[in-house]
Amino acid sequence: MEKEQNNILDEVTQGEYKYGFYTDIEMETAPVGLSEETVRFISAKKNEPAWLLEFRLKAFRHWQTLQEPTWAHLHHPPINYQDIIYYAAPKRKKELKSLEEVDPELLDTFNKLGISLEEQKRLSGVAVDAVIDSVSVKTTFTETLSKYGIIFCSFSEAVQNHPDLVKQYLATVVPHTDNYFAALNSAVFSDGSFCYVPKGVRCPIELSTYFRINAANTGQFERTLIVADEGAYVSYMEGCTAPMRDENQLHAAIVEIIAMKDAEVKYSTVQNWYPGNKEGVGGIYNFVTKRGMCKGSHSKISWTQVETGSAITWKYPSVVLMGDYSVGEFYSVAVTNNYQQADTGTKMLHLGKNTRSTIISKGISAGKSNNSYRGLVKIIKRAENSRNFSQCDSLLLGDQCGAHTYPYINTENQSSIVEHEATTSKISDDQLFYCNQRGIGTESAIGLIVNGYAKEVLQHLPMEFAVEAQKLLAISLEGSVG
Amino acid sequence: MRDLSLETNLKSALEALFHERNETFYASDIPFVAKARQEAFSNFIRLGFPNPRLENWRGTDLSKALDTTYEFLVEAPGDEIDVEKIFQCEVPHFETFLVAQLNGWYVYRQSPLTELANGVIIGSLAAAFEKYPELVSKHYGKYASTEKEGLIALNTAFAQDGIFIYVPDNVTVPDVVQMVNIVDSEQNLMLQARNLVILGNNSHLKLVQCDDSINHRYTFINSVSEFYIGKDSSVDHYKLQNKDEHSTLINSLFFQMESGSNLSSNSISLNGGIIRNNTDVKLAGENSSANIYGVYLMDRNQHVDNHVRIDHLVPKCQSNELFKGILDDHASGVFNGHVIVHKDAQQTNAFQTNKNILLTDKATIDTKPFLEIYADDVKCSHGATVGQLDADAMFYIRSRGISEENARILLMYAFAAEVVNKITIPELRQRIDDMVKKRLRGELSICDQCVLHCSSQEKKLTFDIDVTRI
Repeated sequence: MEKEQNNILDEVTQGEYKYGFYTDIEMETAPVGLSEETVRFISAKKNEPAWLLEFRLKAFRHWQTLQEPTWAHLHHPPINYQDIIYYAAPKRKKELKSLEEVDPELLDTFNKLGISLEEQKRLSGVAVDAVIDSVSVKTTFTETLSKYGIIFCSFSEAVQNHPDLVKQYLATVVPHTDNYFAALNSAVFSDGSFCYVPKGVRCPIELSTYFRINAANTGQFERTLIVADEGAYVSYMEGCTAPMRDENQLHAAIVEIIAMKDAEVKYSTVQNWYPGNKEGVGGIYNFVTKRGMCKGSHSKISWTQVETGSAITWKYPSVVLMGDYSVGEFYSVAVTNNYQQADTGTKMLHLGKNTRSTIISKGISAGKSNNSYRGLVKIIKRAENSRNFSQCDSLLLGDQCGAHTYPYINTENQSSIVEHEATTSKISDDQLFYCNQRGIGTESAIGLIVNGYAKEVLQHLPMEFAVEAQKLLAISLEGSVG
Repeated sequence: MRDLSLETNLKSALEALFHERNETFYASDIPFVAKARQEAFSNFIRLGFPNPRLENWRGTDLSKALDTTYEFLVEAPGDEIDVEKIFQCEVPHFETFLVAQLNGWYVYRQSPLTELANGVIIGSLAAAFEKYPELVSKHYGKYASTEKEGLIALNTAFAQDGIFIYVPDNVTVPDVVQMVNIVDSEQNLMLQARNLVILGNNSHLKLVQCDDSINHRYTFINSVSEFYIGKDSSVDHYKLQNKDEHSTLINSLFFQMESGSNLSSNSISLNGGIIRNNTDVKLAGENSSANIYGVYLMDRNQHVDNHVRIDHLVPKCQSNELFKGILDDHASGVFNGHVIVHKDAQQTNAFQTNKNILLTDKATIDTKPFLEIYADDVKCSHGATVGQLDADAMFYIRSRGISEENARILLMYAFAAEVVNKITIPELRQRIDDMVKKRLRGELSICDQCVLHCSSQEKKLTFDIDVTRI
């Protein structure tokens, strides 16, 4: 019994970042630095139509006029945008038709990540689009999905095969002028996933994207676009990992979701980019713009996120509730340990009548980390009878860390109801004592309590992710006791 | 009385005025104050007036108020003023020790400082500069930093007088001290009122701060008050705001609290053009506690903005905020509560609540309850709600035969009463209670006199059915 306990303890305490390996794959990269040339290089590499190049250049020119935002509760040395490789792709020799043709090194990488494409395909019935560095390497289940008329492919394929759809929806939710990092992404995004679910189709399987930064000194700029047409339903999952490196790497992604009338999109993320080591060296700078638009009436967009990785997280998955009776949801668990910093939250913009939104945010900070919730609930005059409920709780584990809450509530009509509540506390000694008394060690007790604390959010994750997320929570908090 | 018209660009006009009348501004300054004034002036030139793009001023736009032409009184008024004539407090049975400012100047020029038998000193701040330089330089400008806020810098640079209160150790001031700021002018006025309140150890003070205007001109009052609350002392502070809609009132309060001290601060905003209340509390000694309450009832185009910042600098302190507001017509409100629990300020309890009722689709509320926590052994919470009168409660009352209008007033009154009931001076509570009722019936207009001074007969809340027959 004791031995078993020790094993578990060992596993937990040594459970450092296990995705920190690096795969030696032959890469094709753009020259270091960012200029109009880089943008043209990326566009030419991907054989893009003229309108897309024009869009990129417009975004690039706009980006040059912007200043990096400083309002977030984050501290990091200035990012040198000229010191980053903006395009890195595994060298591909020919078009891939089946998994056998994929570089075995690459398959091995995904095996290590625990997402054997082959296995996933067979066992869990999850369609996976894996994006390594900048390029989508393999999408599974495309054929099965196409039976339903669902398009699920890499962004560059979508540009080639469905240019009209891409042109129609690209940047309609996050315009290139939206913010500093959105402008940067719009200029240099290299790949990502594209998903279109046609009218009345309920996507039978979970769709999933795995993002991986592999090469050194590269930034990853992917772009995801999900469109659910009238009455459609899709559940989408996203996972991210990166090798352990001493320098910081930049990740600036955009996710756009459009839900038409009666459509529902569920987007789940388990973000586990490399968080840096215990001294706060290295790690990913994660600056992500995620936004969904409930365009039609009775539509619904739900964000669920588990944020455990990244040295810096700057991320506000938002919902624009445009259609009447539309629903927005945001469930988040953000864990920071050591020197990690997270400034994350959501925006719920109520524009349509009778719109509803729910925000549940659970922040856990340990070590010397800082964890902030920043959110906006805005109800405009014509959004009558709108309803919002927000709950943001913070848990502090250790006296060196910080937990902050910055909610903004803006209401402009009399028929709406907004409720916000937040608490900050530590794990009470009573709870720990109770567990200890029943023979549960302090470390496992904390894991147990934290999992219970985060349960409200975790239960919204698809099953495959929920298991992973629970393990991640325990690992992320390793060494934070005492 | 009039000295200079401030034309067009207010900032450059103020700058010119400062240089032109430099000697007058520094006239009664001791070196310490002169230095603070000099620093504040350069800070004001750097910072200027705030605009809504600044995070701390989101939702509050002063540009219209700043676009008005104001007079600035550099010289003190004559000696012939009889305060009793201009101002009479009519809170029934309300015995107070009254100190008044007229247009920013301490009124009783003949006896600028009153020393009571128990050692309490009350009087003009300018006079205190000269008479008690050591006491003043220990506290003046120490709590209201001019580094970041343009309006604080403006006040420190331009303020020439105000009210000074000193309570020595082990003294409980028996009477409620009433500080009245009267504005009486034929011109549009800009005022920089400055107050300093110092409490020694184990002393107790009850203070009521009233803002009053007599002529309905445009006024811009920028008032800064600094409080030092010594060990085991307590301050009960009330500010009442019932101004006309031409007025802009910026009221900044800074409380420095030593160990074991208690503060209860209540702001009651009933009418006003633009009201901005800054309350800054530094809990600098262990076992101190601060209760900050506020109620705001706004209609027409009125705007109210409550900013509360509480710094828990040391362990074992408590803070509690409760702000409630009802916004009618085109009124707009802002609430920003910011609790910062500094590193090692363990065993902190900090609670924050802001509740709002919007009565029309044109009223808006912007609420930002912030928590910033750097210690782990804390209990902190905040809550904010925006809604309307509870439909069930309304139905309950209506079903008992009470008219819709009466039911509305009853519910709104009950909503506001939670804050009003926190007032610990019975006479004042009774009076404010009545005023809130009147305000909710739409009967409380800006009287010619004090906020506490309405000559019309009180009306009982009447029901249009015979209650005895229920």
